[in-house]
Order: sequence, then C-alpha cells, then structure tokens
Amino acid sequence: MAKKLMKGNEAIAEAAIQAGCRFFFGYPITPQNEIPEYMAKRMPQVGGCFVQAESEVSAINMVYGAAGAGARVMTSSSSPGISLKQEGISYAVGAELPMVVVNIVRGGPGLGSIQPAQSDYYQATRGGGHGDYRMLCYAPSSVQEAVDLMAKAFDAADEYRNPVMMLGDGMLGQIMEPVEMVSPREGALPEKTWAAGVPENKGRAVINSLFIDPIENERHNQLLEAKYQAMRERETLSESIGTQRAEVILVAYGTMARICERAARDAQKAIGAKVGLVRPVTVWPFPDDAIRQAAAQPSVKRVIAVEMSAGQMVDDVRIAVNGTKPVGFYGTTGGVVPTVQNILDHIQAALKEGN
Amino acid sequence: MAVVFKKSSMLTDLPTHYCPGCTHGIIHRLVAEVCEELNVGNKNIIGVAPVGCAVFAYNYFNCDMMEAAHGRAPAVATGIKRAHPDKIVFTYQGDGDLASIGAAEIVHAAARGEKITTIFVNNAIYGMTGGQMAPTSLVGQVTTTSPYGRQAESAGYPVKVSEMLSQLDGPAYIERVSVHSVPGIIAAKRAIKKAFAAQQEGKGFSLIEVLSTCPTNWGLTPKESLKWLEDNMIPQFPLGVYKEV
Amino acid sequence: MEETLIIAGFGGQGVQLIGQLLAKSGMMEGKFVSFLPSYGPEMRGGNSNCNVIIADEPICSPIVSQASCVMALNRPSLDKFEPSVQEGQTLLVNSSLVDKKAARSDIQALYIPANEIAQELGNVRVANMVMLGAYLGVSGSIQVDSVMENLREMFGERRAGLLPVNREAIERGAACAREQRG
Repeated sequence: MAKKLMKGNEAIAEAAIQAGCRFFFGYPITPQNEIPEYMAKRMPQVGGCFVQAESEVSAINMVYGAAGAGARVMTSSSSPGISLKQEGISYAVGAELPMVVVNIVRGGPGLGSIQPAQSDYYQATRGGGHGDYRMLCYAPSSVQEAVDLMAKAFDAADEYRNPVMMLGDGMLGQIMEPVEMVSPREGALPEKTWAAGVPENKGRAVINSLFIDPIENERHNQLLEAKYQAMRERETLSESIGTQRAEVILVAYGTMARICERAARDAQKAIGAKVGLVRPVTVWPFPDDAIRQAAAQPSVKRVIAVEMSAGQMVDDVRIAVNGTKPVGFYGTTGGVVPTVQNILDHIQAALKEGN
Repeated sequence: MAVVFKKSSMLTDLPTHYCPGCTHGIIHRLVAEVCEELNVGNKNIIGVAPVGCAVFAYNYFNCDMMEAAHGRAPAVATGIKRAHPDKIVFTYQGDGDLASIGAAEIVHAAARGEKITTIFVNNAIYGMTGGQMAPTSLVGQVTTTSPYGRQAESAGYPVKVSEMLSQLDGPAYIERVSVHSVPGIIAAKRAIKKAFAAQQEGKGFSLIEVLSTCPTNWGLTPKESLKWLEDNMIPQFPLGVYKEV
Repeated sequence: MEETLIIAGFGGQGVQLIGQLLAKSGMMEGKFVSFLPSYGPEMRGGNSNCNVIIADEPICSPIVSQASCVMALNRPSLDKFEPSVQEGQTLLVNSSLVDKKAARSDIQALYIPANEIAQELGNVRVANMVMLGAYLGVSGSIQVDSVMENLREMFGERRAGLLPVNREAIERGAACAREQRG
C-alpha cells in the first residue's frame, strides 16, 4: 500500500477501523480531537456507530455497554478526560470487558497545558482507577508504530478480556508522518461466548464486577492476576538501539524515545560517549529484562531515564536495574519537550559527576 | 387444580434480598411480566442494574444483565442498544442512582431519544447505604444526613424527574405511577407496558417513574409506609402521563 | 541532506499549508518527512507555526530547534524564531508585513514582499505560496512540480482553476529569493 501523510490522531482512528472496530464513544478534548472527528465521519461509511457522549464518564460507560454486548469498541481522550474514565476502566477490568482506550497525554496536573507530556505514566501503568489491576499499555513512538499496534491492541483486549491502553502524547497525536496504512482485518472477530445479546452465548450473560463475598472477590482477583502474569510473559515489547558496549543506557518511551535516539546517535561525536537506548514499547508490562541485560554490561557506567515528566518511569527502571548500576533521571514537565542538546548536556554532566 | 398465579419466566428462582414491605419486589414482577408479555423471548432482552438497593437485579431478571457503575446505567444501555438495536434494553435505577450521581446520563440518554426503557424507582431515600437524603427526599423529611429534616435553604428541593425529562424532545413516553395500592399496581403495569411498547415501536426513550416505599429507612411498618407514600409523596410527585408521542 | 524548517505567521496566513505541502512533496519524492504543527486554543488570528523535516535518513526528533530555514510571515515570528536559524543558513522574511531587518549577520536573510507579489498576481491569498516558492528557489530540496502535483490533488476538479496563479506565485517567490541571494 502506498504511503500517505497522515496526522497521528487520524491514523490511529483509521487503524482502529481497519482492525474491525465499529463502535466509538468519545468526548472532545485537545489534543485528541481529530480522533472523534475522524470517527464521526468514518463510522457511518463503514456501518459503524459513533456517539458523542455528554462526558468522558458517559463515554467510557457506553464503551462498557457495547463491550459487554460483544462489540469491538474504542474510546479516546487526553489526560483530564482519562482521569474521568478511570471509574469505568476499573469496572471494565472487574467485569472482564475488552476495549481499547487511547490516551493522547498533555501536561498536568489539573487543566495543565495542552502540550505533549508523559506525566500520566503512573496512571497508565498502575491501573489508574481503584482496585488491583493492570492494563496492557502500548507506547508507540511514531505514527506508523501506533498504526501497526492498533490491531494487536484490539486482539490482546479480546484475548485477555481486559482493557488495553494506547499511550501517546500531543506530539504523536498532532504530528503528520508518512504512514503505510494496515490492511483490513481478515477473518471473523473472536467469538464472545460470554457477551450479552450474542447468539454464541447459549446461557444467561451476567456482566458484573460485584463479588460481595470477599473470598469470591479474592478468587476473582487471582484470576485477573493470572492474566497479568500471562501478559508479563507474553506481551512485553521493547527495542534496544546501540546498547552494545555502551557507556550510558538511556531509557525512554514514546516520542521521547525518538529524541533520545537522536541524542544517542549524536553522542559519540558531540560528547565523546557511546550511548545506547532501550525503548519500552509496552510500558506495562515493563521490559525489565531488556533493561537489566543492557545495564549489566561491564561497559555501562550509568542508566538514565528520560521522560516528559518529573520522573515516573524512572521508578520502574530502578526496579529493573535493582541497584546494579547508578540510575539517573532527566525530564521536563508541563508540556515542555527536552531537546537533543538538553539530553546530551545531561549525559555529559552525569558522566563527569559519576567519574 | 387450576393455576391462578405463576411466577414470570423472566424472573430467576433466586429469593430476593429486599427488606420486608419494600416494593422493589412488586416492581420487579411487573417489569418481568411485561417483558414476558412482549413475546420476544428472554434472549432478546438485556437489562442494566444500578448501584443501590437493586444492585443485585442481575440475579433476579432472567435475561442477559449488565451491572453498571453508580448512575451510569443509561450510558451502558446506550452502548448495548447501539450494538444490538434489535434487542429490548432497559435500565432499572433508584433515585440516588438516576437523579443524583446519574443526572447527566439520564438527561442525555433521554435527549438523544435513546431507544431504551428506564424503570425509575423513587422512594425518596438512599436505601442500600442506610437512609441518607436522596435528591427526591421531601422538604422536612428526616434522613441520616438531614437529621433535622431536609432544609430547603441549604439542601434545596426534591428533583422532579418526570416533569424535567418531559420537557425534552427525545422521550417518547414518560409516566409517573405508584405501587402503594392495588389499583396503583395495575396502573403501573399498564404504564410499564406502554413504555416497552414505545421502545419496541422505535419511538424513542421511555421512562416510568415508580413511587416506592422504604419501610426500613423511613422507620415505618410496611403498612404505614404505603400510607406515608400516598399522603406525602404523591402530592409532591403527582401521578400521570407526562409525555406521550 | 536534512532540511529542518520552522514556518511561522498569523493563523490564517497559510503557514500550516506551506508545511504540509512541503512534507507531502518530500514524501512524494521518496524522502523521509515529518510535519509537526503548533496547536492551541487560538483558532484564527493568533500566532501559528510548524516544524517540517525533509531528510534522506529516518527522522528521530520531529522537533526543530535549529532550523536550516526559518520562514517568518509576520513580525512576531521574526522576533521569536530568528535565533533558531543555524549559522550560515536561511531566514526568509515576508517584508510586506515585517518592516524590520534581521539582527544577525551570520545568517542569510532574504526579504520577500510576498503580499505585494500576490497582489500583483491578483490574489492576495497566494502570499503563502510566494514564501514557499522563495524556499524552493534557494534550497532546491523539493521540486516545484511535486508541490504542484499536491496542490492539484488538494484543489480537485472544482478548484483546478486556481493552479496557474499558485504556480506563478511559487515561481515569482523563487525568482525573488534567487535574485537577492545573487
């Protein structure tokens, strides 16, 4: 298929449609507005359904209803709106409903800014709402990768019967890049014998997250935990770039990883240091092994997490490295995006300090 | 022996958890009987349970059921109905669920003319949590969070859901009924039937507000409760058809 | 080759369109491209800018902090982005709306009376195409024909009549820039 210059938000929406998503419920918020706008235009063309809900709270609950009724369904929002959706996400996890939630993150807290940020990492990787749960969370670094991951996100949601988050930021949503759109999904969607109102369910469907007996509730939590363990084993994705014999390992995800990749590439010439990058593609499950292995090399003096936050993923990097090497952090907040030069300066200063 | 009464096939065999004298049981039965009389089969009906006393409704209605977060039943029902436009979809909600935390969801489901039916059980109090003030509690009504009686100047006035929603263009049928008496129950069933018929005919959103009792939290006997409802609630919440298209 | 551009002006001057056309044309010519718009609550009248990268190699950071070319279509854009021009590289100023000269002497500043040229062509709305043409004239990174091809696609049948004035605007802009560069 020929490449087309597409805006991240629109490409994500089209990829969802190609993946067989036919239901979208959303509410406007910058910088993800192109997703609901695109869906409003496209869904009627493909026999799908778009509803602009009265709030993010309603939108996620419409998603809950459609998911419980067996539909392949998605919603999207940005940070403040994702906060509002957390109640519904927690219920969906409890009721084991598959759905894809796109979060085009902006600076916070509160209304914050509308510029790109990664300040919702904790929320995305720690469940976000109430209760013991996790969500498979993809953090694409380019529009193409976001497009390529959409089908995987929907399939994983169905396989594990758990919401899946696509974590981007304002930059990913707004950037235009050449994209090779994925082909339409072939074959029928997975059968949902548990869903309401579907012929393949021969029994009476009860979609529910209430287990009033604590023993029963614990059993349910153990079932969820077993799914998360399976995701840890089977779904963890990362990319390691130039980490062999590096002095410094950068860890960054999403669009920040692109800037770090450039910094790593320029480092030898600019500051005389060999710098590699480990890029988590899934931020949950977190690629502990890839980071541990990269950090364990004798050449590595320091591991540095780079984020558009005050330092959230760095906690996971510390857990992965587990004290074997010094772990540093560089980041900016509120919608300020670090430059390649900022990162190089930080590496240089950190190496000097470390020696 | 002739059969004079038979439990609806739309109800499961599970005994309900409702308090003695609570009218939820009657309302469940009416909804179940009407659903059965629609002759579409239990597999073509999907219900949404609220958070509140009727939280376990998914155990009692013998059709596909979904449990919604507090107040969100109309949004959940919207998702279901959009996915299955050919099914009958209903929500069963109390006054705290529908008129307080879920006010936005019900207003917009009604405004969109969502082809669902809402059974709104109004007993002027929060039952499950232990008798707190509801959005429909009467001025002067004593509850655990209005121990001196609901004060209009600080806690405002009861929300009149049927009157409010009937101002919108989306609803096809709205009626307020009461189950405090036998004629009331008969009228209530007739109203519920009309509401489901409106959905079946694709006319739009329908809602039946059912005035109901809460002997436990009102601190009255079941019999006193029926009288309290008639004497106090009906003057505040007049019965009748508010919208019919 | 890596062309890094910042294009800035008032919202409504067609700044985003210049950027998108350059990115699309670069893509058509088989290059790696990215287009990153500024976005904000102001829809019209406020300042708007975009970052465009056209390169022979995959693009890591889509953010341009050191530009090989800055196009300033209004005064605030000149003030804001003149410092972002790489040493020895190009600053294109819309002199119809900016009465100020560049402060730096280590860059190549060219002054393009874009609105006047557009007015001479009978359509003031093609001022942005004059600026785009100026860039094409001095950089040579993108062919005029590629841009025209994209414009043809964008205009469709209905507005195909606008193509000649757009081509003329691009050519006049290119000529103006080349002439000044000497």
